[in-house]
Amino acid sequence: MQRIGVFVCWCGSNIAATVDVNAVSEALAHEPGVVFSTNYQYMCSESGQNLIKDAIKEHQLTGVVICSCSPRMHEATFRKTVAAAGLNSYMLEIANIREQCSWIHKDKAEATEKAIILGRAAIAKVQLNAPLTPGTSPVTKRALVIGGGIAGIQTALDIADAGFEVDIVEKQPTIGGKMTQIDKTFPTLDCAACILTPKMVDCAQNEKINIFAYSEVEEVKGFVGSFTVKIKKKARYVDPVKCTGCGECTEKCPMKKIPNEFNLGLDTRRAIYIPFAQAVPKVATIDPDHCNMLKNGKCGLCAKVCSAGAIDYKQKDEIVEREYGAIVVATGYNPIKLDDYDEYAYAQSKDVVSSLEFERLTNAAGPTGGTLLRPSDGKHPHTIVFVQCVGSRCSNEGKGKSYCSKICCMYTAKHAMLTREKYPDTDVYVFYIDVRSPGKNYDEFYRRAVEEYGVHYIKGMVGKVVPRSDGKLLVQASDLLANEQLHIEADMVVLAAAIEPDKSARPLATMLTASMDTNDFFTEAHAKLRPVESPTAGIFLSGACQGPKDIPDTVAQAGAAASKVIGLLAKDKLTGNPCIAHPDEWMCNGCSSCEKVCPYGAISYVDKEFRMPDRTTAIRRVAVVNEAVCQGCGACTVACPSGAMDLKGFSNSQIMAEVDALCKM
Amino acid sequence: MQDVKTFKPKIVAFCCNWCSYAGADLAGTNRLNYPADVKIIRVPCSCRVNPMFILRAFQRGADGVILCGCHPGDCHYTTGNYYARRRMTLLFSMLDYLGIEKERTRVEWVSAAEGAKFAQTMNEFVEAVTKLGENKRLEDLRCKK
Amino acid sequence: MSKFDKEQILRTSGVNVLKCMRCGKCSATCPSYDEMEYHPHQFVYMVEKGEIDKLMQSPSIYKCLSCYACVERCPRGVEPAKVVEAVRLQVIRQQGMNHLTPDDIPALLDEDLPQQAIVTAMRKYSK
Repeated sequence: MQRIGVFVCWCGSNIAATVDVNAVSEALAHEPGVVFSTNYQYMCSESGQNLIKDAIKEHQLTGVVICSCSPRMHEATFRKTVAAAGLNSYMLEIANIREQCSWIHKDKAEATEKAIILGRAAIAKVQLNAPLTPGTSPVTKRALVIGGGIAGIQTALDIADAGFEVDIVEKQPTIGGKMTQIDKTFPTLDCAACILTPKMVDCAQNEKINIFAYSEVEEVKGFVGSFTVKIKKKARYVDPVKCTGCGECTEKCPMKKIPNEFNLGLDTRRAIYIPFAQAVPKVATIDPDHCNMLKNGKCGLCAKVCSAGAIDYKQKDEIVEREYGAIVVATGYNPIKLDDYDEYAYAQSKDVVSSLEFERLTNAAGPTGGTLLRPSDGKHPHTIVFVQCVGSRCSNEGKGKSYCSKICCMYTAKHAMLTREKYPDTDVYVFYIDVRSPGKNYDEFYRRAVEEYGVHYIKGMVGKVVPRSDGKLLVQASDLLANEQLHIEADMVVLAAAIEPDKSARPLATMLTASMDTNDFFTEAHAKLRPVESPTAGIFLSGACQGPKDIPDTVAQAGAAASKVIGLLAKDKLTGNPCIAHPDEWMCNGCSSCEKVCPYGAISYVDKEFRMPDRTTAIRRVAVVNEAVCQGCGACTVACPSGAMDLKGFSNSQIMAEVDALCKM
Repeated sequence: MQDVKTFKPKIVAFCCNWCSYAGADLAGTNRLNYPADVKIIRVPCSCRVNPMFILRAFQRGADGVILCGCHPGDCHYTTGNYYARRRMTLLFSMLDYLGIEKERTRVEWVSAAEGAKFAQTMNEFVEAVTKLGENKRLEDLRCKK
Repeated sequence: MSKFDKEQILRTSGVNVLKCMRCGKCSATCPSYDEMEYHPHQFVYMVEKGEIDKLMQSPSIYKCLSCYACVERCPRGVEPAKVVEAVRLQVIRQQGMNHLTPDDIPALLDEDLPQQAIVTAMRKYSK
């Protein structure tokens, strides 16, 4: 029989307001095996933890039940507490009477009754607890960063700086991500390329960093400390070692009319191309969908002009298998497709552009060389209307996103300001619902756009945009403060499109068994306290894959993710989860049922000699669980026909005892 | 027969640690009400739930049992919820054959982000079980106090 | 009285006015904006505040074309036109009569009247 101590937490008024904590600790004191029962204001505080430690020593407790918040919150805290008092840390059970009781029920009598029953179930379980010791597993001292935008670059640089190897996998031919397409950055207006490209070069030159550009993650196996990842290096049809990036081929290629993704289709590129001048790695790539040589076997001009002999039309996709200790997801975002927004005539008029397109139209390396010209006729626009919240903050049923995309208010202020600065003769209107500018120097920045640059900020929304035959765009909008409807003849309309996670994130999350929210953003382990870790151990989150973020936030989060990775890789061994499967060898008949359902291949079989009751010996085939590989899901325990397989910490008898306790009322 | 209005069903909910238990916590954090009749047992994965546990619950007088796990494809252990789904399909059809109404058993996928879905599911389930009244078919009267 | 009216409007329209985020896209898109005393976004807000009497006395309720452009464009799915319709129905129910009868409509037709206005007029005034 265990000597059990029960500790009921008030959690200030969070629990005590709806649960009569005295009644709970009094009722549980009479349960079999309970020798001590008390309640306290904050069990997780230092004095609360000391109370537990003292009680363990004073009453020689062998088991502890804490009725408090969710075990997902403080289980680790209390495990340390009982261990500090000399008890095995797995002789602890937590009854969740906050999230699953006091916070959801209003009636005090009802909530108190439920809390007592939950406490009884935890007591019944702890009666059957046994001391557990976690095993250890080795750590591969290398990290994988998926995504080579500013988030991935910063994470990789920080990890490499601590002396660990890092691989970056980027699906585009070059690293750099969305930031390479941005012209200037708010609120300081320094040029994005000037601050980003040195970092890209640092990545290329750092001997700890290995860049897999034009590559994708194919398969992820393993667990924290030892992931095995298959990376597909897509065929570039150019030898990256021989290619010098001179660009000769990209000038001679006869296939000229291919929409240039880097400039969002606002101009064209060749079938062999380097996305932009500062690309890293600066290696040409052949687009197999448009190359005449690859499609029809006719042409071969690039191979003729290449003095380095780098062109290789027979190159194939290559699969590389690498081992990692930690994986950082930095898959970033994309603006949503605007083709559905007929009211803004995005698909009907070339002069209605998204903000990212506008960014290219004002960039010196963009299709117009930095001169702002209308895409339709190349004329200078005199009236520009910016529309905010296109697809953001929508109801869940509609075509948009329910969240605020966070970055649009600031970049629109930037666009409006820069337009007015370069072209003071241009009238700039910004239609906003709210201007959201919480950030250092952000609101000052927006106010400057209004006060110094004379941008017309109008509270209201644009209802429709009608392209007229004379090339003008008729914008119909409401001015809520003046209570009137406006009709503006504009030359250009710029839509601040909502941003969404990259499409590659969902299949990646499935590969990593990392959880996502309903918008396909990766979920963090704790919204406040563990913002850069995924609930899946060894998976970390960097940048906009976790939620909309601007560059300063992304860089900060990237550094935080890197520090978590460094903390993990600095360890030589990881303590595992001791709640793993183990077979009763006397009951096991070696049928292989468990082996088939194990997702980790943790179960194997050995022939073992047994001394039978009749004093003969027999060789029997029995299951063996690899403790370093087993993750403790319990699939095998149910598959086992003889009931030989059980899960430590969640054994059949423990769960049965909980069921019994819950049903006994 | 007990009065339907005062009848309080006993509901056992098995929730996987990674998705549904976290979803239940989120329902709590967002103060989304559901009846106190629902009592949750934490298991590492929905595939840990042995059909024996569910039979035991009914034997001990539970009026309904619900199993919650991660959405298909999102299982923390990759495939656990698929096993759970198959096992429960078989078990529930057997229970139906034994006279335990289909409404008393349920499998639901609730992610860690779906606190509202968790509360709504529990409200619906409790309502359905309350309508059916007490479960007597499998109850072992020796277990009654 | 006013509170009862508000609940009545919410029930007949089936609209949750609290979903409105006050962006004004309904009024931006409204083709008969200049004809109206109270504009679609004001309708939603005034119902939220319970100022039903003012709306019921306003000619604006007859100016709405019921073209449902505001319903189509609202990013939050609020459906302002249904609120206008509900207020108008309330007037009809309380006064037991309509602003027009269907028989009056042919006399009002002219070449400039959009087809949609004729159809919606028939629909509205035949109730």
